[in-house]
Amino acid sequence: MVENRPYRNFLAYLVLTIGIVIVAFPVYLAILASTFDAGTIANGNMPLLPGDQAVTNYTRTIFEGASRTSREPVGGMMLNSFIMAMGIAVGKILISILSAFAVVYFNFPFRKTAFWVIFITLMLPVEVRIYPTYKIVADLGLLDTYTGLVLPLIASATGTLLFRQFFMTIPDELLEASKIDGAGAFRFFKDTLIPLSITTIAALFVIQFIYGWNQYLWPLLITTKSSMQTIVIGIKKMITTQDALTEWQIAMTTAVLAMIPPVLVVIFMQRLFVKGLVETEK
Amino acid sequence: MAGVTLDTVRKVYTGNVEAVKGVSLGIKDGSFCVLVGPSGCGKSTLLRMIAGLETISGGAVKIGDRVVNEVEPADRDIAMVFQNYALYPHMSVYDNMAYGLKNRGTPKDEIEKRVKEAARILAIEPFLARKPRQLSGGQRQRVAMGRAIVRKPQVFLFDEPLSNLDAKLRVQMRVEIKRLQRALGVTSIYVTHDQVEAMTLSDQLVVMSGGQIEQVGTPAEVYRRPETRFVATFIGSPPMNILPGKVEGPGRVSVGGQTISVTDMRDGLAPGSAIEVGLRPEDVQAGAAGSSSLTMDVDFVEELGATQLFHGKVAGTEFVVQASTGQIPADSRTLTLSIDPTNVHLFDPQTTKRLGRA
Repeated sequence: MVENRPYRNFLAYLVLTIGIVIVAFPVYLAILASTFDAGTIANGNMPLLPGDQAVTNYTRTIFEGASRTSREPVGGMMLNSFIMAMGIAVGKILISILSAFAVVYFNFPFRKTAFWVIFITLMLPVEVRIYPTYKIVADLGLLDTYTGLVLPLIASATGTLLFRQFFMTIPDELLEASKIDGAGAFRFFKDTLIPLSITTIAALFVIQFIYGWNQYLWPLLITTKSSMQTIVIGIKKMITTQDALTEWQIAMTTAVLAMIPPVLVVIFMQRLFVKGLVETEK
Repeated sequence: MAGVTLDTVRKVYTGNVEAVKGVSLGIKDGSFCVLVGPSGCGKSTLLRMIAGLETISGGAVKIGDRVVNEVEPADRDIAMVFQNYALYPHMSVYDNMAYGLKNRGTPKDEIEKRVKEAARILAIEPFLARKPRQLSGGQRQRVAMGRAIVRKPQVFLFDEPLSNLDAKLRVQMRVEIKRLQRALGVTSIYVTHDQVEAMTLSDQLVVMSGGQIEQVGTPAEVYRRPETRFVATFIGSPPMNILPGKVEGPGRVSVGGQTISVTDMRDGLAPGSAIEVGLRPEDVQAGAAGSSSLTMDVDFVEELGATQLFHGKVAGTEFVVQASTGQIPADSRTLTLSIDPTNVHLFDPQTTKRLGRA
């Protein structure tokens, strides 16, 4: 229902504006803080207009890092985070699209069981299985490696479920037409299923990239070298120093940097992403 | 080119549901065979077994001289047109038609030649670059047929290809399918539940019911001489009237005390035994009482424009008469129907088989 009355419009705008201010103000503060020097932030009276330290802060953060604690340039952390998030997103999509393909299109013994086992793992988030997972990764000698960061997180019931639901909406006749057209199972997958799933893949990529990027507990556990640190952990380490002053301008700069890749992913994939979630056209 | 032979083909689904109960049928090379029957009669299953989309539980399917029971659908040299067209939504019209050829490793220029030719025949040349969703139902239907034509298969299979179209387009496409099949001369098997499609398209009409063939013949044969009561009531619109009657003697039966003559009647039927009398609504005439006539009480009249349908009862049983408008006064309360003895069909009430001359 779309109404068009001035009074209601005003009310709608008011509510939306309040909402935006509540959400956006802290972000604005973080961006603001990344443009001052440490002293200005520390004295408690931060101006509401940007300062002049932006270039200094950003170059220092990216190439050097905070002075005391980790001394790790944030540029490296971002690379680590990026590799992890990409690995998780791409790995999850690969594994879940293949398992959904198997569950929907192949008739093998215990197919239903397989699906339900996958489904049940939805109830087991990383935190629940973290100890056994850590043990396995440690025994395999994967601590402080990208493989160790990515591998345990790529099995995805959510993704499998999403693809399964999508595959079930594809008419059987399409598979049969492919069969008559001489396309085997793999050709059907490559030529028909994947092109049709593009929007679902995009939606899943956005969700999983952000999920991977925001991982905290798992990287915290299995990375010990500071060169393997991810940016989310980097921020945390910058502000928990007890014996020294927190370099808030650096922490805030890092926080702003940490926001950028997920935002970019959302911006660039948004059109596909929304289409993937509301897909009706066949 | 090749004919298709079915030899006691059976389909049993898990749980012992027998969908097709031993069907034997010969389809001549180049002919148009229509399988018709109510839903659930096994016609689609039979077609899908010929296509290779369903496994064959028993018997043999032969395309030409080759038994294809274990042959992959792609290697059976068939092409199929589906009810919902099953076009690949992400491919252009051109790619939809070219896909099967590409998978077979046909050279590019050959593919292009065949696709262009099929597009010309079907008048879809302007749409080759479009996606299926940008086409209307009729155009999609043509693309689906184009996809079948480019393959130059031995056999075309159609699975209710017109049921997703509106009534007007359906008639138009029906004519086109017929014309196309004549021009290409490819053996075609067509499944439908629409008896008008079945009558108009087929060289060979196969009426199915309950997983079995009821009757095979040309449309005229099936219409003129239905072998079972099922065929009699299924083919023809409005359906044939069936009245309970009694055998009076050779060439004579009675319905509710009124006697009529029959030409096509089996010899040696015991007088007094029950029999079913079939009369097509279009075969009975209003006329004077005579040696072979029935009286009918009219309940109401349906106007169809060129014709009128008189609904009523003969000897307590529902009866419909079709007459040209104006032939019978629309306010008639009772009609005297003169019955042409050659138009009476007799059926055994038990076996429902025709009791005609051997």
